[in-house]
Amino acid sequence: MIKTVASVALPVDEVLAIKKRRICPEGKTKGMKRISVVTGIHGDELEGQYVCYEVGRRIEAQMDKLKGIVDIYPAMNPLGIDSITRGIPAFDLDMNRLFPGNIEGNMTEYLAAEIMKDVSGSDLVVDIHASNIYLTEIPQIRINELHEDFLVPVAKQANVDFVWVHGASTVLESTFAYSLNSTGTPCLVVEMGVGMRITKAYGDQMVDGIFNMMKEMGIWEGDVNPVREPIISKDWQDVSYLNASVGGLFVPHVNHWVKLKEGDLIGEIINPLTGQVLESVTSPVDGILFTIRDYPIVDEGSLVGRLLRKEVYEG
Amino acid sequence: MKKKIVYELKGLYRDSLRVTGYEFGKGKKSICIVGTMRGNEVQQLYCCSQLVKKFKQLEEEGRITSGHKILIIPSCNPYSINIQKRFWPIDNTDINRMFPGYDLGETTQRIADGVFQAIKDYKYGIQFTSFYMPGEFIPHVRMMDEGYSTVEDALKFEMPYVVRRKVRPYDTATLNYNWQVWETQAFSFYTTSTTTIDRRSAGQSVLSIMKFLSALGIVKYQSSGRVQQSIVFDDTELVSVRTAKSGIFEPLVKVGDEVGEGTPLANIVNPYDGEIMETLYAPLESKVFFMHTDPLTYANTAVFKLI
Repeated sequence: MIKTVASVALPVDEVLAIKKRRICPEGKTKGMKRISVVTGIHGDELEGQYVCYEVGRRIEAQMDKLKGIVDIYPAMNPLGIDSITRGIPAFDLDMNRLFPGNIEGNMTEYLAAEIMKDVSGSDLVVDIHASNIYLTEIPQIRINELHEDFLVPVAKQANVDFVWVHGASTVLESTFAYSLNSTGTPCLVVEMGVGMRITKAYGDQMVDGIFNMMKEMGIWEGDVNPVREPIISKDWQDVSYLNASVGGLFVPHVNHWVKLKEGDLIGEIINPLTGQVLESVTSPVDGILFTIRDYPIVDEGSLVGRLLRKEVYEG
Repeated sequence: MKKKIVYELKGLYRDSLRVTGYEFGKGKKSICIVGTMRGNEVQQLYCCSQLVKKFKQLEEEGRITSGHKILIIPSCNPYSINIQKRFWPIDNTDINRMFPGYDLGETTQRIADGVFQAIKDYKYGIQFTSFYMPGEFIPHVRMMDEGYSTVEDALKFEMPYVVRRKVRPYDTATLNYNWQVWETQAFSFYTTSTTTIDRRSAGQSVLSIMKFLSALGIVKYQSSGRVQQSIVFDDTELVSVRTAKSGIFEPLVKVGDEVGEGTPLANIVNPYDGEIMETLYAPLESKVFFMHTDPLTYANTAVFKLI
């Protein structure tokens, strides 16, 4: 069943509609648990698109195994997805800084409020992001430390490689996930892959995780694939940030999710005009590279990678 | 006048990004004025250019009181202005959401840090800024309702209005908020326009800053002698008039107009057949404080704010 969650008429002969697909067993669904799979809040992040498709496809193949409600919201920001725009086009606003929204507010606030109303009450929400167009991320779940107690146990079931519990920040209080988690609807934020692309292997990994969580919740009675044990980081000092010291073209020399020793070469920042190597980016610690630069042009300060220290995954 | 580079960032194929400051007077750091952070803030740049011109004149005429240093930074973001893009060219981040900045962080965090290190110790801070929606305002001074800025000082600008703004979560990364964390009395200046130059409101802002500094004894400036009383109110007191329809926005009034209850404010016109789909009326006797200026509008948009 396809349902319109919110709609607004645009100035010239077009209606903006945010839609969801509900999949549930035939007959009464009262008392059944509900999982919501959400993506597309940032219009340039597409990894979740494949996940939405694949979750629906696998359920349909074994409808008799479904014992709960699955709501799929593939496009929270349809105008952004259609125009390769991260924020909401015309407003130049990050949709993930508008929640919980305001039903009496302007178009963007109204849409955010209608989305909140529809998703609230889910037993679990999975909000899938794809980093941005600059960085590739290993499949991971990010959790605000304020919500760590109830989210980390669920995140362990999600088949991600890494669970990152980060510090609270006032600015993040207007995100979709914060707004849900602070009002009683648990929401996991997944970051995986890179903007404007589909990484099928990561998508399949996440779909396995969603089915595993559905099984744990009693929504799915079919077989599920085994899930991996994630590395969990709760200390901000666990992560080393690699920022470019100079503007140039970043050329990676290693693969993503590779274990490195202190001093290993990660990549070079070069100047194609002068032929110079401007910076050799090396690993500042022994660790594993869970974020790596995908978009080659860097300014001074641009993030080129993040490393998780060896002590975290080797105990 | 001393021209100095406050912060510099080397580009790969572009010239360096230079954040340039103009220093007047010597002594304690009395007041800092900051202009554009975003690439479309042309009016904010223009206002600062007029202030630089005025302070140059004051300094030449010996009208800056000794012991006071004044710093003006017309633009923190020439890169975006030069390509007519509102936010940072590569990653579209907003410098005014990066304060207090971080010298080892991402690019716009570094720019924010570089600028903030140069301006954080001033006693007073003024930022010429813009609203997130396209539109025109009655010129006014804004201050946050938490922090070091006082209404008593804001009145010294003698602007027509002083607006107290309730702090929202996203404000915590702005320059104004962080200035106050570092004990600077910070004020934001809104003139009429953003993407176009409005000489009258720019002139009004120059005059207001002269009155403010004159009242504080920082400059010697002869005003008309008449003190203009500002009207002080909270931003929550503004009455929004919203569209119910999307379409062509046809305003029937101007910013600053006095309107009676029931005065037609604007029509929303069908973009295909020209039919008026909706007429917006003033719900009370008031003055037009803000007006949307784009030719198109969306439904549920607060196209007017009345006081």
